[in-house]
Amino acid sequence: MEIKIQKKMLEANESDAEKNRKNFKDKNIFVLNVMSSPGSGKTETLCKTLKMVMPKIRTGVIVGDICTHNDADRLEASGAKVVQINTDKFGGDCHLSANMIDKAAKEFDLDNLDLLIVENIGNLVCPAEFDIGENARVVLLSVTEGEDKPLKYPLMFQVADAAILNKIDLLPYLDFNANEAVDNMRKVHPQMPVFQLSAKTEEGFEPWIEWLFGCVKK
Amino acid sequence: MHEMGVAQQMINIALSSIPKDIVNPKVEKLNLKIGRLAAVVEDSLRFCFDIIAKDSPLEGAELVVEHVAVKVRCKSCDKTWEVDDPIFSCSSCKDGAVEIISGRELEIISIELAE
Repeated sequence: MEIKIQKKMLEANESDAEKNRKNFKDKNIFVLNVMSSPGSGKTETLCKTLKMVMPKIRTGVIVGDICTHNDADRLEASGAKVVQINTDKFGGDCHLSANMIDKAAKEFDLDNLDLLIVENIGNLVCPAEFDIGENARVVLLSVTEGEDKPLKYPLMFQVADAAILNKIDLLPYLDFNANEAVDNMRKVHPQMPVFQLSAKTEEGFEPWIEWLFGCVKK
Repeated sequence: MHEMGVAQQMINIALSSIPKDIVNPKVEKLNLKIGRLAAVVEDSLRFCFDIIAKDSPLEGAELVVEHVAVKVRCKSCDKTWEVDDPIFSCSSCKDGAVEIISGRELEIISIELAE
């Protein structure tokens, strides 16, 4: 006997994500999901971003890591409220899911927030699959990685709304071809805005910050 | 990497779909749809399923997977095509933004119970 089901395996997460999206919309909060491989400079980019957008945009950060409170400590220096999610003390999960965001969001004063940035766990595979109730996704790639990463992880670059190419201050010392990397991003996602910047020197931040302001004002 | 979680969700959905009035139900097959762009490794999913399904009506059930090709539509010129390589730009108008029509499926279609 065959019993028809026709359901998404991740329907529980997707329904939690929709609930999150509605809750954040009711509070007029824009939610940005920031994803990348480990070590591409998410935290440093966000530290500098917070410095530039606060207090004009009231921003909170949820940061996901398997272990440690290190990223939250660095981000808190900006004055933003930061909530650290640790998925497990050793090992742990490879992505943040919508129910984790719901739980972490309860620690914020949502009536006094314009932007909630979620720094996802460093991983170019799994976070692309899990909706957390965000309004936009940003993927970071750094020039110390390969130019072909967008082709190797197409889902991540296809579902992103914008990309950042970080650590461009290192370009003179590397064989990395920035144009090739950007071309590869656009092969996977034509028309995606790509911001080339350096979180260390703050070069190239202006268009990125402008894009972010545009998102929050909508 | 998250196949254990996906297998658990799949099993929860399958178990809750078994009619309550069946005594000692035994599921023989789970019919699934997995898109080529879905971030799951099929071998891992099977491995995790076998572990979690143990001592349940799903123990020993076969996972029958229908693979779904990645198909996209160009939002500018409306052309639709199947993507083999990870290149999503439209060959007609070159730079059109594309929409994924299929290839991200991760679905449980039906279960088949022993008579």
